[in-house]
Amino acid sequence: METTISKSSSTFESVAIRFAGDSGDGMQLTGSQFTETTALAGNDLATFPDYPAEIRAPAGSLAGVSGFQINFSSREVFTPGDEPDVLVAMNPAALKANIADLKQGGILIANTEQFGVKNLERAGYKSNPLEDGTLSAFRVFPVDITNITLRAIADVGLNQRAAVRTKNFFALGLVYWLFSRDMQHTLDWIQGSMAAKDPVVAEANARALRAGWNYGDTTEMFAQRYEVPKARIEPGRYKNMTGNEAAALGFLAAAELTGLDLFLGSYPITPASDILHYLSKQKHLGVRTFQAEDEIAAIGSAIGAAYAGSLALTTTSGPGIALKSEAMNLAMMLELPLLICDVQRGGPSTGLPTKTEQSDLLQVLYGRNGESPIPIVSASSPGDCFYAAIEAARIAVTYMTPVVLLTDGYLANGAEPWRIPDMASLPPIPVQFHTDPATFQPYARNEVLARPWAIPGTPGLEHRVGGLEKANVTGNVSYDPMNHDAMCRLRAEKVARIADSLPATEIFGDAEGDVLVVGWGGTMGALRAGVERARAEGHTVGHVHLRHLNPMPNDLGDILKRYRKVIVPELNLGQLWMLLRARYLVDAVSINKIQGKPFKEHEIARAIAEHAGSKA
Amino acid sequence: MSVYSFLKEIAHTDPATLGRKDFQTDQEVRWCPGCGDYAILAQVHKTLPELGIPRENFVFVSGIGCSSRFPYYTNTYGMHSIHGRAPSIATGVKVSRPDLSVWVVTGDGDALSIGGNHLIHALRRNVDLKILMFNNRIYGLTKGQYSPTSEQGKRTKSSPAGSVDYPFNPISLALSAEATFVARGVDVDAKGLGAVLERAAHHKGSAFVEIYQNCNIFNDGAFDYMTDRKTKAETEIRLEHGKPLRFGANGDKGIALDAQMNPMVVDVATHGEDKLLVHNETNAALGFFLSRLVHPEFPTPVGVFRAVTKPTFDGMMEDQLTAAKAKSKGGGVQRLLDGGESWTVT
Ligand SMILES: Cc1ncc(C[n+]2csc(CCOP(=O)(O)OP(=O)(O)O)c2C)c(N)n1
Ligand code: SF4
Ligand SMILES: [Mg+2]
Repeated sequence: METTISKSSSTFESVAIRFAGDSGDGMQLTGSQFTETTALAGNDLATFPDYPAEIRAPAGSLAGVSGFQINFSSREVFTPGDEPDVLVAMNPAALKANIADLKQGGILIANTEQFGVKNLERAGYKSNPLEDGTLSAFRVFPVDITNITLRAIADVGLNQRAAVRTKNFFALGLVYWLFSRDMQHTLDWIQGSMAAKDPVVAEANARALRAGWNYGDTTEMFAQRYEVPKARIEPGRYKNMTGNEAAALGFLAAAELTGLDLFLGSYPITPASDILHYLSKQKHLGVRTFQAEDEIAAIGSAIGAAYAGSLALTTTSGPGIALKSEAMNLAMMLELPLLICDVQRGGPSTGLPTKTEQSDLLQVLYGRNGESPIPIVSASSPGDCFYAAIEAARIAVTYMTPVVLLTDGYLANGAEPWRIPDMASLPPIPVQFHTDPATFQPYARNEVLARPWAIPGTPGLEHRVGGLEKANVTGNVSYDPMNHDAMCRLRAEKVARIADSLPATEIFGDAEGDVLVVGWGGTMGALRAGVERARAEGHTVGHVHLRHLNPMPNDLGDILKRYRKVIVPELNLGQLWMLLRARYLVDAVSINKIQGKPFKEHEIARAIAEHAGSKA
Repeated sequence: MSVYSFLKEIAHTDPATLGRKDFQTDQEVRWCPGCGDYAILAQVHKTLPELGIPRENFVFVSGIGCSSRFPYYTNTYGMHSIHGRAPSIATGVKVSRPDLSVWVVTGDGDALSIGGNHLIHALRRNVDLKILMFNNRIYGLTKGQYSPTSEQGKRTKSSPAGSVDYPFNPISLALSAEATFVARGVDVDAKGLGAVLERAAHHKGSAFVEIYQNCNIFNDGAFDYMTDRKTKAETEIRLEHGKPLRFGANGDKGIALDAQMNPMVVDVATHGEDKLLVHNETNAALGFFLSRLVHPEFPTPVGVFRAVTKPTFDGMMEDQLTAAKAKSKGGGVQRLLDGGESWTVT
């Protein structure tokens, strides 16, 4: 690549960039290309795609704005960044929707061609913000992206419509220049994947990308460039991993580790559908996927598959869990292994389908009739969904129980650089079907209180299961009061004992002191970063992030006592908080936010400082 | 060695050694004395040993209702599940284990009210399931409310002024849902029911069998009009593939079409046998037409309305898996993990 670095450059530890445009402007693609290039450059990073709720909102409208934020650094990165340092706004609506987040003094690159009267009106601007002085707190770079791109690709031979669509690559090229990134990875991608579909379009995009780079290099507008040095990262092979893909891979890995065939029964729902899509492509691994007529049939089919000996899975989001609850209870009664993956989204009801929230914890824990203990595992980062899925499967087949895996929209669609695991290094999960008629009792229990898994086709083990209360050991229907009492306690005890198989709880930061931050799920990055900030400010703070929400780890009660204050930040109105108070009689404080958005680092740091300061 | 290989290596029951006793359980049957469910249970127990299938390869899945107690009384693998959901559970069993013979036992409420959605979708997919719907035209287990097959005007505890619901015609429904095998039997008609069950069992694809069942507690005599020996000949018509539609004491009556293609009851002697409708199990329109013959205007058809074969859902899924495995480059999950864009940090 022939480029000359002709301008001065300065070095930064971390930079957050947000690309924003109309949903037709290709912002997600732009973001993912920048992410891959940045990962190759050796930075640690975190990303946050923010899709509009509507499939095709009117062009230029606020509802149609699509965004992608990436935070990259020479240090460890936990979140996509609170406030972007750079905002690329492809139209007035994108500016309007995002400018409030831009850091004071941050860089704004705006596509002036889109700032005509009509688009300004659509975005709700009375005057052009690029000209009326309202953006004086920022470094504004107005660039006629559309027209410069059109000129650069004029002789490629694309029609106007198609030509205009390459403008995102101009913007990408310009940002590559600004942050001293190598364009080669994207050029290779254009020449590969894109050219395979349409070589002319590929050529136009390659030119647009170069034009963007050259624009930065040659015009007077940008006086300097920025560098973000490599981060120190654990050696290994990495790839960019989203939560949904990681979860799907985790279920596949669990099937391989158990030796079982994977069965998925699912009904499409945002933000869980991508797991169904991914697993539907894995037929060569013996994976059966069944798109059912509704969520009830989806879990029903999975229960049938579990009874017949598969590693059975159903995937959904909060509204789907509501429909599945009766069948979850059946699986609990049948004591069959079943994985129930809830990719949480904003509720209640249809709520905010494309936004994130952590408000299904109490639903999956308690949303069923009767005493219904079901283990709950949660994932804390996109890549962690892989390991959380395997852990859910381990519990399911070891203890013969349905298990809920909680992820969320933020994890599902978010991506992070992920070290590719070696399957051989993962511990196998032993599964043994019962075969001996002489020792068979459907509800006899082993040392961890699990009943035997006896699958159809095994001679001499014909037996009936069902949702009616079971007599202990024989599994026959029983209405005996003392038996019911005993069985309710046995089922609860079985789940409680899972805690005995858990490792000691990891505490990040101080092992005792002012404040303990307890969290779960997708808030991990924000909590960790917030705790780091607070510790840098001199507070003694610990952070425990729970993977297991039912049962909770055995050592948690002791840990809670080692701090003067316990705070529980959640993207709900205090669900884990309520459980901790009830279970451990701890006067914990709830920090909550339910805006469909993740926590910001400074929100957590501020909350910690507040409670650390209030020395009682 | 796969965790499943024992299924191939283990010695399976020789079906030739099986008799009806082998399918009875030690559980006390809890249906009301005189309930039609007993006769159906006996017929199924008589049919199963004749199918050439090892006992351990049968799975019975039911929902909730009196009828759905069935698996407890049948010594095979079985699941008494939740209200209305048996077809979906059975679909999961069959799709994941095509080697099994999977049966659904359900009631008119279970199958057509709460489980209506699952029933029609299982049928349209042509999952290889045998679905036996015990139709007593009442909710038995919950002590006598009207059901989706109760006749309009029926007075029950929940419809003291008479039900204003229009009922479903289960055969019409199953045909419209594209079931490949649709039949009707009657609890007390052992021979007819046995023949229908056997045909259903051998059918490859979704088989729907409506079984008229007397609930002598909450809807006694619902089918007396066609089970009473004195009136039976006039009120029931047996469907036989390739045969003209005749009924009556000496087969003296038949079904023919009038000028507007409406069905009409004719006297065979005066009308002529060659002008009678001839049953054809593969003719979808005819099957539907026959399902519309309803008491009291017409005799009630029993037997097979429709029997056609087409690829099954489970079979086609299995084919896709086999094809994908044949093209697989191996390497398992590690290959997926390793695939796509990646970079190395040293
Ligand atoms: C979710 C749910 N709703 C309601 C019931 C109560 N219930 C049990 S059986 C039944 C109706 C059964 O009628 P049908 O399927 O015709 O069976 P029958 O008892 O007549 O054989 C009802 C309403 C239940 N068990 N579960
Ligand atoms: S209530 Fe009716 S259907 Fe139920 S067992 Fe008694 S007679 Fe049979
Ligand atoms: Mg009924």
